[in-house]
Amino acid sequence: MTSAEPTRRDFLYIATAAVGAAGVAAIVWPLIDQMNPDASTIAAGAPIEVDLAPIAEGQVVKVFWRGKPIFINHRTPHDIEAARSVDYQTLPDPQPDQDRVKPGHDAWLIVIGICTHLGCIPLPHQGDFGGWFCPCHGSQYDTSARIRRGPAPANLPLPPYRFVSDTKVEIG
Amino acid sequence: MDGHSVYQPQSGFMKWLEARLPIWSLVHSSFVAYPCPRNLNYWWAFGGVLSVLLVFQIVTGVVLAMHYTANVDLAFSSVDSIMRDVNYGWLLRYAHAVGASMFFFAGYIHLFRGLYYGSYKAPREVLWILGVIILLLMIATGFMGYVLPWGQMSFWAATVITNLFSAIPLFGESIVSWLWGGYSVGNPTLNRFYALHYLLPFVIFAVVALHVWALHVVGQNNPTGVEPKSKQDTVPFTPYATIKDAFLLVCFFVLYGWFVFYMPNYLGHPDNYIPANPSVTPTHIVPEWYYLPFYAILRAIPNKLLGVLMLVSAIAILAFVPWLDTSRVRSATYRPLYKQFFWIFVAVCIGLGWLGSKPAEGGYVLWARVLTAWYFFHFLIILPALGLWERPRPLPTSITESVLGKGAAPVASGAAAPERRG
Repeated sequence: MTSAEPTRRDFLYIATAAVGAAGVAAIVWPLIDQMNPDASTIAAGAPIEVDLAPIAEGQVVKVFWRGKPIFINHRTPHDIEAARSVDYQTLPDPQPDQDRVKPGHDAWLIVIGICTHLGCIPLPHQGDFGGWFCPCHGSQYDTSARIRRGPAPANLPLPPYRFVSDTKVEIG
Repeated sequence: MDGHSVYQPQSGFMKWLEARLPIWSLVHSSFVAYPCPRNLNYWWAFGGVLSVLLVFQIVTGVVLAMHYTANVDLAFSSVDSIMRDVNYGWLLRYAHAVGASMFFFAGYIHLFRGLYYGSYKAPREVLWILGVIILLLMIATGFMGYVLPWGQMSFWAATVITNLFSAIPLFGESIVSWLWGGYSVGNPTLNRFYALHYLLPFVIFAVVALHVWALHVVGQNNPTGVEPKSKQDTVPFTPYATIKDAFLLVCFFVLYGWFVFYMPNYLGHPDNYIPANPSVTPTHIVPEWYYLPFYAILRAIPNKLLGVLMLVSAIAILAFVPWLDTSRVRSATYRPLYKQFFWIFVAVCIGLGWLGSKPAEGGYVLWARVLTAWYFFHFLIILPALGLWERPRPLPTSITESVLGKGAAPVASGAAAPERRG
């Protein structure tokens, strides 16, 4: 017959189950963690430095960081003006141009070149807004790489970056 | 099987599932209620250990396969990358490599248990032969796995072992180049060994399922060799055998963990940390420890073809043991002469293993020949003769008698069934 008090057997069962559970967790974690990026992949994804001096006004340059294309656009004053003259609240993904560049470096637009629709790389200097045109499904971005028309839901995102000097930027 | 509980589904869900796929009642009747002899000792727990190790090797293997590249230019550095870059890669690699040694260690103990207690005798012949098949598959799998890191030992072991097939008259050379996929061990060889090394463990899994099925049809042997005669002679698998298996498993994993965390390269060969060089043969090519006895037998015979045949026979002869052993008594516990020859045989196997690690020169050669001769003498002469000559000790009438002594009263329900709490 079972007594109402917990017995030694109960204690042993529960203690064994607890240690067993800890053991299972200790075994399972390495099996899961091994799929996370390994040390060499993380090292290969370290920040890169890009020299901005050779990039002419109006030019868009593509670099790769962590396997993703990054557009570096040396904008003309006309581009900046076009980006700022529109009321950003009316845009599909409202965001002012000033938030998309570093203070004092308004000419440099640095964005991740992956269409926020389904991942194609948009083409520069095309489309009705002076920015990019994505050939896959027709999304169009403006001179601040914000989505204006087409199925893409969001503006081209910004990678982490900082200006090391006026002519050198570190992405990542 | 009577008196032991039969699964009755209680909940609505279980009744629904049982009517469609009675998997739980299969598990219940095979591993919970299954009656096993009450006198099984720890030598019987190695089957359970082996099953867990097989799953463990498959899991660590699949996970390693996510990072390994089977190409002659990339394999060695992919293993190096696993060791240095992959999260816990060092642990997974060592677990898998040491795991292979542990698998053979437990496997040999399991096999020798069978030889000692006569577990191969009728009606367990097919069970035994399935075990020999599993051993062959293990040997093939282990060999191919060792080639994958593409170190010096990997490459030269592959060359030596595939060259064995050239001993076959007429077709030998074409068989060898068929195995190689070329004119020497190279990239095609590595690639196909990788594919087969991934495949065979699943074949082993299937044969293990047959092995367990064959076991459950005839029931387990036990240390007395006397079959269970009544309900009293058996206990339900769960909790008795389950807990015994679990306890041995824990102890076994302490040993396994000792190697993995304190001496992970002890069982391996340092030359395998040198990238494969097809133009330089290492001075002493040796296989991993678990192949050493067979390697010693191969080298003991001066003739190439005969050496290969003896190597194959050394393993194949195991399949014939149920018929070579003429004794009507199963267990060596009751066979005083056989017991002594058994331990001599164990010493001979260990001796052959040690000789396999030595260079084939001088006194080592003579001893390897002597021990090889004894190895076959044991199977071909001693086993048949002992059955006819030996006078066995009197067997107990039943398992219960051997456990409780003569005249013991039938056990009260409390002690025999602690699976009912109270």
